[in-house]
Amino acid sequence: MTAAVSQHDPKASAATADSREQDNAAPLMEIRNLYKRFSLSGDFLEQLKFKGGKLVREQEHVHAINGIDIDIRRGEALCVVGESGCGKSTVARTVMGLLSPSKGEIHYDGQRIDHLSAKELLPFRRRMQMIFQNPYASLNPRMTIQQTLEEPIRLHHPDWSKERVRDQVRDVMDSVGIDPDWGSRFGHEFSGGQRQRIAIARALAVDPEFIVADEPISALDVSIQAQVLNLMMEAQQQRNLTYLFITHDLAVVEHFGTRVAVMYLGMVCEIAPTGTLFAKPRHPYTQALLSAIPRLEDDRPQHIRLQGEVPTPVNLPPGCVFHGRCPHANERCRQEVPALIDVEGGARVACHGVEEGRL
Amino acid sequence: MALLEVNNLDVRFALRGGDVRALRDVCFSLDRGERLGIVGESGAGKSVAAFSLLNLIAKPGYIAGGSITFDGEELSGMKDRGLRRIRGNRISMIFQDPMMTLNPVLSIGEQMVECLKAHRRISTREARAISLHKLNQVQIPSPETRLDQYPHELSGGMRQRVIIAIALLLDPDIIVADEPTTALDVTIQAEIMDLLLELCEKHNVGLVLITHDLGVVSQVTQRMLVMYAGRVIEQGPTREIINDPQHPYTQGLINALPQMATPGSRLNQIPGSMPSLSNLPSGCAFHPRCGFVNDANGEPRKACLDKVPGFVDSGNCRVACHMVAELVNQQQRDSREEIL
Amino acid sequence: MRENAMSDTIVPGRWARFRDSYLLYSFKRDLVAQLSLVLFAMLIFAAVFAPWLAPANPYDLAQIDIMASELPPFWIDGADPQYLMGTDAQGRDLLSTILYGLRVSLIIGFGAVLMQAVIGVSFGLMAGYLGGRVDAFLMRLADIQLSFSTLMVAIIVGALVKAIFGGATFSEYAVPLLVLIIGLAEWPQYARTVRASVLAERSKEYVDAARVMGLKSRRIMFRHILPNTLSPIFVISTVQVANAIISEAALSFLGLGMPETHPSLGSLIKSGFDYIQSGSWWITLIPGAVLVILVLVINLLGDWLRDVLNPRLYKG
Repeated sequence: MTAAVSQHDPKASAATADSREQDNAAPLMEIRNLYKRFSLSGDFLEQLKFKGGKLVREQEHVHAINGIDIDIRRGEALCVVGESGCGKSTVARTVMGLLSPSKGEIHYDGQRIDHLSAKELLPFRRRMQMIFQNPYASLNPRMTIQQTLEEPIRLHHPDWSKERVRDQVRDVMDSVGIDPDWGSRFGHEFSGGQRQRIAIARALAVDPEFIVADEPISALDVSIQAQVLNLMMEAQQQRNLTYLFITHDLAVVEHFGTRVAVMYLGMVCEIAPTGTLFAKPRHPYTQALLSAIPRLEDDRPQHIRLQGEVPTPVNLPPGCVFHGRCPHANERCRQEVPALIDVEGGARVACHGVEEGRL
Repeated sequence: MALLEVNNLDVRFALRGGDVRALRDVCFSLDRGERLGIVGESGAGKSVAAFSLLNLIAKPGYIAGGSITFDGEELSGMKDRGLRRIRGNRISMIFQDPMMTLNPVLSIGEQMVECLKAHRRISTREARAISLHKLNQVQIPSPETRLDQYPHELSGGMRQRVIIAIALLLDPDIIVADEPTTALDVTIQAEIMDLLLELCEKHNVGLVLITHDLGVVSQVTQRMLVMYAGRVIEQGPTREIINDPQHPYTQGLINALPQMATPGSRLNQIPGSMPSLSNLPSGCAFHPRCGFVNDANGEPRKACLDKVPGFVDSGNCRVACHMVAELVNQQQRDSREEIL
Repeated sequence: MRENAMSDTIVPGRWARFRDSYLLYSFKRDLVAQLSLVLFAMLIFAAVFAPWLAPANPYDLAQIDIMASELPPFWIDGADPQYLMGTDAQGRDLLSTILYGLRVSLIIGFGAVLMQAVIGVSFGLMAGYLGGRVDAFLMRLADIQLSFSTLMVAIIVGALVKAIFGGATFSEYAVPLLVLIIGLAEWPQYARTVRASVLAERSKEYVDAARVMGLKSRRIMFRHILPNTLSPIFVISTVQVANAIISEAALSFLGLGMPETHPSLGSLIKSGFDYIQSGSWWITLIPGAVLVILVLVINLLGDWLRDVLNPRLYKG
């Protein structure tokens, strides 16, 4: 598998020089055959039901992630897109250890991390950080900005002197464009964009190398979105960060992502370098998704209309999860789960139609 | 005369620190069957504008001045009773969150029938028939069964379709849609917008679409207003504004979109953030963030700092900006000199 | 690329924040709250400084004159101006006894609430944050506890202690015992409220952020979640203080509370109750009125606090 590079992507073209090296280097984060399901049935007593005069134990699950494999390479920004309920946030939270996977493995820098205890995970916590969606909820309302930013530094560098911690806080506040003199203010005294900057500062405070960003700009206004995206790109360049960027906004993906993974019902249906994906989407779902972006240029676009609705993740459809809405589905799609196959341009697509050459 | 005319609308919120002026000097009009977009970021006052059309602003907000004329009738001072005749009947609303509009304990059918019977003297059977017809129009699959379902049994997209069906129930002249697709996924959003557009065109219904999404506005509306800190700062035909925005804020807003920049490069951000309405900067409210505040000599324009800009006509658009006014004057002078 | 939107870099101090707060603003506009606070402050003042304010010491047997028993308050004929509020059946100055009784009632009230809060808040935090079996166990425990009425539990425990250790020991340790009994009987109120708000807070992203940071559960619970659940804790504390005072009064009235030699408001009411038929109504009614005012004032303050701290109520 070669690292495909889109023509107009300066970040990726910079990476061409050492692309061979990058290929050989192990990915920073490997997600292997990951499953996550949530029980809907409450505790043991609530699962017991009378059926036909017998007491049976019944459990219902939401299948949030159904076997995904994703590699995240050093220095890239991997975007995961999909509509609500496709499991993209669950991926982010599982990767960060906020949820434990039902099945599968997560490797960070060659080491398996999904089964570690909180104590064993601590050194990894410093290296991987997270930025959240809602800047109004992600800062503790009872803590000042100074306290919020000092906390991770103190935790991960208990040997640092007070002055050193303070200097680090000043530096990181400066780097996200927040006046370090505002440290004694509380989160609610800032605007949404400023709060998101502070949340980014908190993630950057311990000098991580990998950042998971779960819809970091979708709660912000358009003009502020641009500010935060710029800030995140700057940080990536200066600190050589790797991003896992979760979003539903394809326009942002096109701008920000090195590679894109499109998710549908807990599965990856297409993963490709950004340029390739936007130039030539292969999976029917990706095509529909791209056609739905409201663009400024065309005033009467032709949307690809999908039939029906996203099935519930409680009862997964057999075969390809997308077959019920796919205009090209045939008998095989209804029965057999498609695997990701390599196609040209460095893309991988999970679609029988593409495999058979129908699409 | 236009179907709906809003003149110098002034809306305030009586808060403990004194009145906060949420809308100032808002003027716009809507012709029969016309689609108007109101664009702005949060805090710009676009939702307040929509709510004040039907006098739906919750306390402590109130309309402090200006007029709202609908079909020759003045709405701003009208009593609730008169408004009820118009609300839902001739002007209907679609909100962002369908669950806010739908009552969770009544079935879809009951809600639609109730709405119809509140405005018309018809039997339940007739009302049900009309409801069914409307559900068909919004392309809901198996509408008969939907009538007896409850809101929570429907998906987000379906709920919004039901809301549109309810909005169309009494064949209104205008639909006011406040961020109707913000809570929905892109593919569903595209479908709902297509549907709304199609229905408005087919039934010659006017649409006031409030949104922060310039893409949606550019695809659906014919004319648009851009709002900033409680004022309209630019209005005109949608295509012209999108293709050639005049006001620095509109320019900034459009240029900040990721699709306007080369992938991977820096986005053209507007610095700073929207001021709070209770603490507006002097002069033009946008001047602290404006890249054009300086004149040819590199000095901040005095007018920008001191005076609230009035509207100037620039092409088919009206823009409230001192810089644009200067340019327009200059052009007029130039062309006059050419003629002489 | 620093933002200049917030140009004033002067950080408001604690006092300035309080001065501009909604708390103070709504207090200034709420006459009931103001009156309640004034009355409450007066009662607290009177209780704290009872030894200096009271004309006599009701615990000092030497000051009691049995001949001066059942004297009416000053506005009734036959009153002795020395005893402003009259005297009780044992000849104690009623005003002094009430002041001292108020003190006892408040100590038990606040003490019991402190006890409830410590148990309830820690159980509630654990149940809400740790969830699972801890949650199930603690909440079932709370359910069981709640299915007995407070008074019933208190009466049983009180009666048992009295029976085992004897009335004298009971009288001696009456205050800490009552604090313990009432405290143990009412902790589920706290546990439930705290658990509910912990569940709400736990799903907020700042808690996730703290977990991602690698903080220990205990620190997340006490440093991050607890401070954000203080508002409801505050509100129920006011109600609970009032409840605890009432419970104590009820227990004392039933003879399981403070002994008559060391009366609280409740035992004063009880001791006067026997004389109400004989015309000495003041021995019961005056302490009763004080009790009612005290509880009412606390509840009114609690109502006001709830309205202020619960923005949803305020907006609705």
